[in-house]
Amino acid sequence: MNHLEYAIDIRNLNKWFSGLHALKDINVQVAEKEKIVICGPSGSGKSTLIRCINGMEEHQEGTITVTGIELKDMQTLYQIRQNTGMVFQSFNLFPHMTALENCTLAPTLVRGMKRKQAEELAMEYISRVNIADQAHKYPAQLSGGQQQRVAIARALCMQPRIMLFDEPTSSLDPEMVKEVLDTMVKLAESGMTMICVTHEMGFAKQVGDRVLFMDNGSIVESGKPEQMFDNPRTDRLQLFLSQILHS
Amino acid sequence: MAFTTRKTYRWQTTIVVVIFLFVLILCYWFLFIGQQAWLSTWVGAVGVAPDNVATYAKAVSWLVGIAVFLVSAYVLGKVPKWLQLLVTYLELLMLLVLFMTTFNIDMDFILRKLPFLITQGAFTTLYVTVVSIALAFCLALVTAIARRSSNGVAEGIATFYISLFRGLPLLLQIFILYLGLPQLGFVIKPIPVGIIALALCYGAYMSEVIRAGIQAVPLGQWEAALALGLQRRQVMRRIVLPQALKIIIPPVGNHFISMLKDSSLVSVVGVWELTYLSSTLGNRDFKNLEMLITAAGVYWVITITLEVVQRRIEHRFDSARTR
Repeated sequence: MNHLEYAIDIRNLNKWFSGLHALKDINVQVAEKEKIVICGPSGSGKSTLIRCINGMEEHQEGTITVTGIELKDMQTLYQIRQNTGMVFQSFNLFPHMTALENCTLAPTLVRGMKRKQAEELAMEYISRVNIADQAHKYPAQLSGGQQQRVAIARALCMQPRIMLFDEPTSSLDPEMVKEVLDTMVKLAESGMTMICVTHEMGFAKQVGDRVLFMDNGSIVESGKPEQMFDNPRTDRLQLFLSQILHS
Repeated sequence: MAFTTRKTYRWQTTIVVVIFLFVLILCYWFLFIGQQAWLSTWVGAVGVAPDNVATYAKAVSWLVGIAVFLVSAYVLGKVPKWLQLLVTYLELLMLLVLFMTTFNIDMDFILRKLPFLITQGAFTTLYVTVVSIALAFCLALVTAIARRSSNGVAEGIATFYISLFRGLPLLLQIFILYLGLPQLGFVIKPIPVGIIALALCYGAYMSEVIRAGIQAVPLGQWEAALALGLQRRQVMRRIVLPQALKIIIPPVGNHFISMLKDSSLVSVVGVWELTYLSSTLGNRDFKNLEMLITAAGVYWVITITLEVVQRRIEHRFDSARTR
C-alpha cells in the first residue's frame, strides 16, 4: 500500500497515558479532500487521536503518516506541523497580538515570509472568514465567534494541506456557533482535507464524507453520516445518539 | 441602588470638609509642638504639682490627639473616597513628622550634610542597585528557562545555583565573595564585588518569579504556537515571555525596591553608599539620629519614585493590550 495515496494514514496506533490505554489499535486512512467527522462521548479518545496526528500528543505504537511524511522525529514533526493547521476548543489566540499579528506570526517566522507579503496573505484569509474590519483589534476585544474565526484564519495562513478541528464550537455561545460552522462549511467546499471532532450533527451531515464514532479508545463504528445517524448499527452508538438528542 | 455603597456628594460638602480638616491639622500641630509651652501653663494652672506638669501635659496632648483623630475619622466617613485617602495620608505623614520633631534634631546639620549624602551616598546606592537589578534580571531569565530545560545539566546548574544563593544570607555572600575571589586570583574593588553579590542573590530569587510568570501562561498558548510549526525557542520568545513579563512586573518591582535597601549591606566591604555615609558622617559629630533619619528619608523618597515608575509601566502594559 502506498502511503502517498492518503492525506493521513494511521496504522495500528496505540497510546497510553501512564497506564490508561487511551487509543487502542486505531486504523484510519483519510483521502485527499476527504472530510472526516469524529464523535463520541467524553473521554473516548477522539481529541487524543486528532492531537496525535500533528504530534501534540506522543504515541507509543503504530505509525502516523501525514501527507506522505511519517511522524518519527523532531524534523518530521515540524514538517507535519507546517502542513497541518489546528483549531482548538479554547481558541488560544495570542492575547498580546492583534488579529492580524496573530495571523502573520507563523508565516514570517516559520516560512520566512516578508512582513508585507505576510500581511497581504493574512488579510486575504481574514476577509475570507468575514472579519476584515476587526483585523487590528486584540483578541479580548472580539466575541468568541470572531476569535474562533481568527483562529481558523491563523491556521489557514500557513496554507496547510490538512485542517484539524478539535471541538471548535464547544465553548461558544449558541448564537455564535453558526458563524463558525458557516466558515467551516465554506472551507470544506473549497476542497480542504478536514478532520473535525464535533457533536454538530447538522454539520456532519452537510459536509462529512465519513463519520467515526469512538468509544473507550477504539473506533466502534464508521460510515456515511446519514447511515450512521439514521440507522446506527451498534447499541453503543444508538445510546450515544439518544443521549445527545434528548438532552 | 440598595446594592451600591457609592454616594453622590455636593461640592459644598467638600469645601466644608477641607476647611474642617485644615482646623484639624492646626489642632494636631498645637497639641504636639506647643505642648511644652501653653499646654504646660494650662495644666499647671489647674493645680498639678510642678514635678508632674510635663507628664500630665503629655498625657492630655495624647488623649486630645486620639480624640481629634476619632472625630476626623467620623467626618472622613462623609466625604468621597479620594479625599479620605488624601487626608489620611496627610494625617499619618503629619504624625510621623511630629514624632521626628520630638528627637530635637539639628536641622542645620542635616542641611549642611544633605548635598554630600545625595551626590555621593544616594548616587552610589542607586548606581549599585540599577546595575545589580539589570544583571540579576538577565541571570534570572536564563536560570528560569534553564530550569524548564529538557537538558539535565542545564537544569542541574540552575537548581543548584538557586538553592545555594537563596540558602545563604546576603551579608555572608558579600563577605565570602570579597574575601574569596582574591584567593582565586581576582582582586576586585568593593563596588563590583557588591554588584556581583547582589546580582547573584537577587538573580536566584527573581528566577523563581520569572518561572512563575512563565508557568502562568496557559498551556494552550504553547499548543497553538507549536501547532503552527514554531520551534520551542520561538514560542518562548514571541509568545510566552511577552505574556509572562506583564504578569511579573509587580513582583519584579518589589525585588527592585527590596534591593534598593539591601544594597546597604555592601557597606560592609567599604562602599560609600547611603547607609555607610550617613553612619560615618553622624558618628563624627555625634549626630547619629540626624543622619539616620535623613538617610531613611532619602531611601523613602527613592522608593516612592520607583513605585510611581512601576505603576506607569503596569499601566502602559495594560492599556496597550486591553485585557
